[in-house]
Amino acid sequence: MIKDLLHSAPSLLNFGIYFGLAVLLLFVVLGFVTYGILSERKIMGFMQLRIGPNQIGGKWGLLQTVADVLKLLIKEDTIPKKADRPLYILAPVIAFAPAFMVLATLPFTDAFQFADIGVGLLYYVAISGISTIGIVTAGWASNNKYSLIGGMRAAAQMISYEIPLVMSLVGIVLLTGSLNLNDIVAAQEKVWFIFLQPIAFIIFMIASVAELNRVPFDLPEAESELVAGYHVEYSGFRWAFFMLSEYVYMFAMATLTTVLFLGGWNSIPFLDFIPQAIWFGLKFSAVFYILVWIRVTFPRLRADQLMEFGWKVLLPVALANIFLTAIIKEIVNLF
Amino acid sequence: MLRTEEMLLNVGPQHPSTHGVFRLVIKIDGEIIKEATPVIGYLHRGTEKLAENLQYTQIIPYTDRLDYLAAMTNNYVLCHAVETMMAIEVPDRAEYLRVIAMELGRVASHLVWWGTYLLDIGATSPFLYAFREREMIVNLLTELSGARLTFNYMRVGGVKWDAPEGWIEKVAEFVPYMREQLAGYHELVTGNEIFVNRVKGVGIYTKEEALQYSLSGANLRCTGVKWDLRKNEPYSIYDRFTFDVPTREEGDAFSRYHCRMEEIEESLKILEQAVVQFPEGPILAKVPKIIKVPKGEAFVRIESPRGEIGCYIASEGKKEPYRLKFRRPSFYNLQILPKLLEGENMANLITILGAIDIVLGEVDG
Repeated sequence: MIKDLLHSAPSLLNFGIYFGLAVLLLFVVLGFVTYGILSERKIMGFMQLRIGPNQIGGKWGLLQTVADVLKLLIKEDTIPKKADRPLYILAPVIAFAPAFMVLATLPFTDAFQFADIGVGLLYYVAISGISTIGIVTAGWASNNKYSLIGGMRAAAQMISYEIPLVMSLVGIVLLTGSLNLNDIVAAQEKVWFIFLQPIAFIIFMIASVAELNRVPFDLPEAESELVAGYHVEYSGFRWAFFMLSEYVYMFAMATLTTVLFLGGWNSIPFLDFIPQAIWFGLKFSAVFYILVWIRVTFPRLRADQLMEFGWKVLLPVALANIFLTAIIKEIVNLF
Repeated sequence: MLRTEEMLLNVGPQHPSTHGVFRLVIKIDGEIIKEATPVIGYLHRGTEKLAENLQYTQIIPYTDRLDYLAAMTNNYVLCHAVETMMAIEVPDRAEYLRVIAMELGRVASHLVWWGTYLLDIGATSPFLYAFREREMIVNLLTELSGARLTFNYMRVGGVKWDAPEGWIEKVAEFVPYMREQLAGYHELVTGNEIFVNRVKGVGIYTKEEALQYSLSGANLRCTGVKWDLRKNEPYSIYDRFTFDVPTREEGDAFSRYHCRMEEIEESLKILEQAVVQFPEGPILAKVPKIIKVPKGEAFVRIESPRGEIGCYIASEGKKEPYRLKFRRPSFYNLQILPKLLEGENMANLITILGAIDIVLGEVDG
């Protein structure tokens, strides 16, 4: 549907529809962020013997996140005197914008995707890398020692984990023969890639948690050591930008995991009367739940152990996985 | 030529992981600590000086506020010192109540340590699990003394209140429950690869260094010195119980972790026996209304969850002590910190500081 729109003649109506759909996606994402945070807090509460938010918006705290964000928006905007002012202001934007840019290529169902470009996977990886610059900039511009260390850690960590992340995906690209996310989903109609590429899936999960800066890889903002890491000086809506971009990335990453490994909107056999969107939602929720589960369970790694793990374990295993996939594919092709 | 510069970083006094108002000025090169200077005194209240103008019974509530995680042991050390000087025979039932209260306090204190230590390392859940169990202990002690943390429970010659009806049974029920939970703790944390990597081989010191720095408690026992005053210089009625003193050889943060976790088990053993042996009788010895300690001086020491807590009293035969001094284990244990931090990674700072297990109320007096 959207594809047809893109290829049809430009007209005000088409633009209007396209714009309307984009706004819809924005609301879906913001809705996710709102209720993703709430459900994360609820799940954490459940696992940690607490109730979680239960005051604002009924007994499930349905409006808790809305109230939180509203509070952040009306807070005083403070900029440290000695901060690098232009960079300080720019940093949250740099971190925030790519989080939304990556959403364009993600296919949610076979009809709901905004830009079906040939190198969708590459686009995602490339654009999401930009956010790191925002974090390093924030760490530097705050003129605070804690945030500087946090920013530096973020840079080191994200570069080291970006590589195994991409490498783990090469196996999938080999199997599919395409970087297009739609093709990748189509290739999983019979078997999901989680079964064909289990090693890649594990590497991808670990690396994506590291990319998301979540426990056990939340070193850039390691609360107990660096107080809050790179955003220690930020407050109000600027801080909200960092936090929101983190959750938008979580949304994007969970979507990507679903698309790449769990067969996207494909149903399991004999259950295809259930709409694609629901299938997608179920798989997406499962990935999200696992991400929260990991956060609740694990302690944090140390910076040097983290780097060692990335370079000495994940990367070689990812490379081995590529070779293995290639060899098996050739053998299968022979017969 | 690339040139790196040392950075002066001020950690605390308002830092989430310094367990109160402890301040550390560190020089770091990248993430490597070159020098660490602890600054203490933000919580100093002058307990010892205040005590000079107070009657002995009036000092007891002040001791609650030293090591506020194990206030019962502090209560005890003061009462014990006065009793030693006045040669008071404490009734059996009172001693049992004291021991049960102290051991419950020890378990609670170690639970707080366990939870906050894991919180320092980045795991949020263990903290809440530990506090669930601690809450039960706090409730038990509240039933006994009427306060959650600052108990003011013990008196010279005994205890203030007898155990309410059914209380001993509740303690007896708590012991197996706690054992069960402890197994769960080990399952969740002790075997966790990330946790082990964080704490193993971190903050090592030898037996000799530990003795030189006058460390005590789990900080000493982790180097292989089997020294526990409950065993080596039995006070109160500790010689009536069979329990072990857990030790480790490695002297790293992980061995301290093990020592404390096993100490919880040993405390549970003591509780189990104390509940069975619990006698009837009075809870307060015959003590004059106004306590006047005979002229002279005395020093007693007992085993608190953090190490050896000592109390020195110099008396002129008046209602108030001439001089009162506490040997506060956290203060002594903290002294090794600058040495341990030198050359360490920034992230290990928290691991090492946390493993020492300090309570700032005690460090600053």
